[in-house]
Amino acid sequence: MKLAAIVVTTVLTVALAAATALAFCGFYVARADTKLFNQASQVVLVRHENKTVITMANDFKGDPKEFAIVVPVPTILEKGQIRVGDRAVIEHLDAYSAPRLVEYFDDDPCRPHIQYYSRGATLRELAAQDRMAERAKSLGVTIEAQYTVGEYDILILSAKESAGLEAWLRDGGYRLPTGASAVLGSYLKQGMKFFVARVNLKEQARLGFTYLRPLQMAFESPKFMLPIRLGTLNADGPQELFVFALTRKGRVETTNYRTVRLPTGSELPLYVKDEFPQFYRAMFAEQVKRESMRAVFLEYAWDMSWCDPCAADPLSPEELRKLGVFWLAENGAGGAPDPRRIRPGGPVDVFMTRLHVRYDATSFPEDLVFQETVDRANFQGRYILHHPWKGEVKCEAAERYRQALRVRAEREAANLSSLTGWPIEDVRRKIGPLGEVKPDNRPWWQKLFAD
Amino acid sequence: MNRLALVEAEALPVSATATVGVLPAPTAPRWDPRLYQIATLAGLLGYGIWWLDLEVQPQTAVTIVLSALVTQLVCTRLAGRGPFDPRSALISGLSLCLLMRTGVPSLAVLAAITAIASKFTLRIRDKHVFNPTNFALVAMLLFAQDVWVSPGQWGSGIVFAFLLASAGALVVNRAARADVTLAFLACYAGLLIGRSLWLGEPLAIPLHRLENGALVLFSFFMISDPRTTPDSRLGRVLFAALVALGAYTVQFWLFRTNGLLWSLAVCSLSVPLIDRFLPGPRFRWPAATAHPGERKLV
Repeated sequence: MKLAAIVVTTVLTVALAAATALAFCGFYVARADTKLFNQASQVVLVRHENKTVITMANDFKGDPKEFAIVVPVPTILEKGQIRVGDRAVIEHLDAYSAPRLVEYFDDDPCRPHIQYYSRGATLRELAAQDRMAERAKSLGVTIEAQYTVGEYDILILSAKESAGLEAWLRDGGYRLPTGASAVLGSYLKQGMKFFVARVNLKEQARLGFTYLRPLQMAFESPKFMLPIRLGTLNADGPQELFVFALTRKGRVETTNYRTVRLPTGSELPLYVKDEFPQFYRAMFAEQVKRESMRAVFLEYAWDMSWCDPCAADPLSPEELRKLGVFWLAENGAGGAPDPRRIRPGGPVDVFMTRLHVRYDATSFPEDLVFQETVDRANFQGRYILHHPWKGEVKCEAAERYRQALRVRAEREAANLSSLTGWPIEDVRRKIGPLGEVKPDNRPWWQKLFAD
Repeated sequence: MNRLALVEAEALPVSATATVGVLPAPTAPRWDPRLYQIATLAGLLGYGIWWLDLEVQPQTAVTIVLSALVTQLVCTRLAGRGPFDPRSALISGLSLCLLMRTGVPSLAVLAAITAIASKFTLRIRDKHVFNPTNFALVAMLLFAQDVWVSPGQWGSGIVFAFLLASAGALVVNRAARADVTLAFLACYAGLLIGRSLWLGEPLAIPLHRLENGALVLFSFFMISDPRTTPDSRLGRVLFAALVALGAYTVQFWLFRTNGLLWSLAVCSLSVPLIDRFLPGPRFRWPAATAHPGERKLV
């Protein structure tokens, strides 16, 4: 094993570049006594060939001085390889790819147009350094580089062994979760370095941001993965991670976990319109349970030149470049023009995959490893509401229509119950009498403005 | 090498007497291990399509299987190698359905043709060099734009892995190639566990990698192909170790996916060499009077 060990170390050091982002999807290290709990991390993974740009965002809401992240990275990153990202662009990407609700209105049964209603399932976002060089040296920790980027103080560390690194971080006020040493050690043996970021309060005050902006790093590595192991250490229960992959060829999937398409296209009772977030959370929880929390879920896979229906407009080439889509810059505005695609500013050569994973250390023992497939089939999480015809119905077809409505209402109730695990009785109670076409008694102006 | 041997080399029915008719004669061997294999693969395909929601359209599956059968028929006729036997082609076709993903139907057909045609064309010492499915997958990954393999899609459910292994074991034992499978699994598990021990990782990590459905499928249904593994037991163990090492290299040194497939394809090239230095009795599918698993010298 000795020989293998040496070779592996060498190869990882030279080539592995890493991927890694992560700790970000996990592993915040608190400096004071604040108990950190990261609920939803978002990672934008831009990749083509071995070039990777990772943007990490999260919804840290505590005191910025308590915030720190430790991310294993494959190589020493130079200052120019790190920048602060734009949270608004990630929010846009999130909105664009969010699971959506669509509405259809029945036509007059006696004598069919589509209106879309989309509402994104909302998500959120992200992310000092010391004069401890001497101490670092004595612990076998090397500060390979240090610089300030935006509101962050960043250190790139290497270490001879995990115990020294752990001691150094603890000395620096970082609170490390139990078990961190072993995980740090395994990354060290793979030749990885550690990217450590803290908020520089002065810079933050100067720049005027009241939230933590995403961190972005660019590097080359054959490895297409996200290290999630550190993140599982300090979590209270399962964590939530969204991966937005932007690639050229096609859909991205995990190779060491099942990637499962979320149920889509179901017709649901109308009241879901007012409870879409609750519905989506319940449905996701139920699907996670069905897969024994061992799967990664596909929420969206689409050519970014267009959308249908659009939960938000496709991103502009400028926004895509901000996210790290480097080939757009190389190609000018985009790829080969394709008249079929609809998008302001012309088509772009970008395929988006949105993956959603809920994980803990037991169900996801190893880091996520990805591959880009050539599958360009479009997929979206889409849920459908059908509004009954509200006008007057005076014809023979009316009775048949009412019957059909009752059947449809029952089917919608069954769908909702099955997707979310909500008791069917509760669903039926909320729907009300099946198939009843309620007269619309709203004042005329309410109807006008609601539509 | 006489005429009979040529027939056998094609993994054809194999009964010295059962040469009449398209299907194996009812009086032929109690159970040809390939029938177990076909049943298991078909079961897995059904499971994959209906339970796991694999990206395999039933019509694509039918297209692949039919293309494999037609190619087998045509190649058998062209090569003048005795009666048409659908069994091996069926196995190759079903395996392709399980592993290959493409959105282009013509590529599915091309893969099936490539798989079967490779048996008839890529031969050394009258033994085909590559496992047909493996060859087709690798060739398509290399030369076609719209093909991919999803190694994670079988998941890691331990129960499923167990069932698959059991079913696979049956096939392997019947085909008397358990040694390759066991040697491969032992080497590969040793490498994975050794790596994790060295890195100080919890054993859950290598165990999770070993629970992978695609690995089980590969170990019990692909590397165990008796027609393409070395003739001697020692040779087979050596071959299995090489494949394991190769797969490990692709995954952990090169960081590429589908290490198992690449490694098997490359290591298959070493089989003629292994056979030369470690000769052994050539495998033949059991004849009417033989017990399953029995091997005869050709």
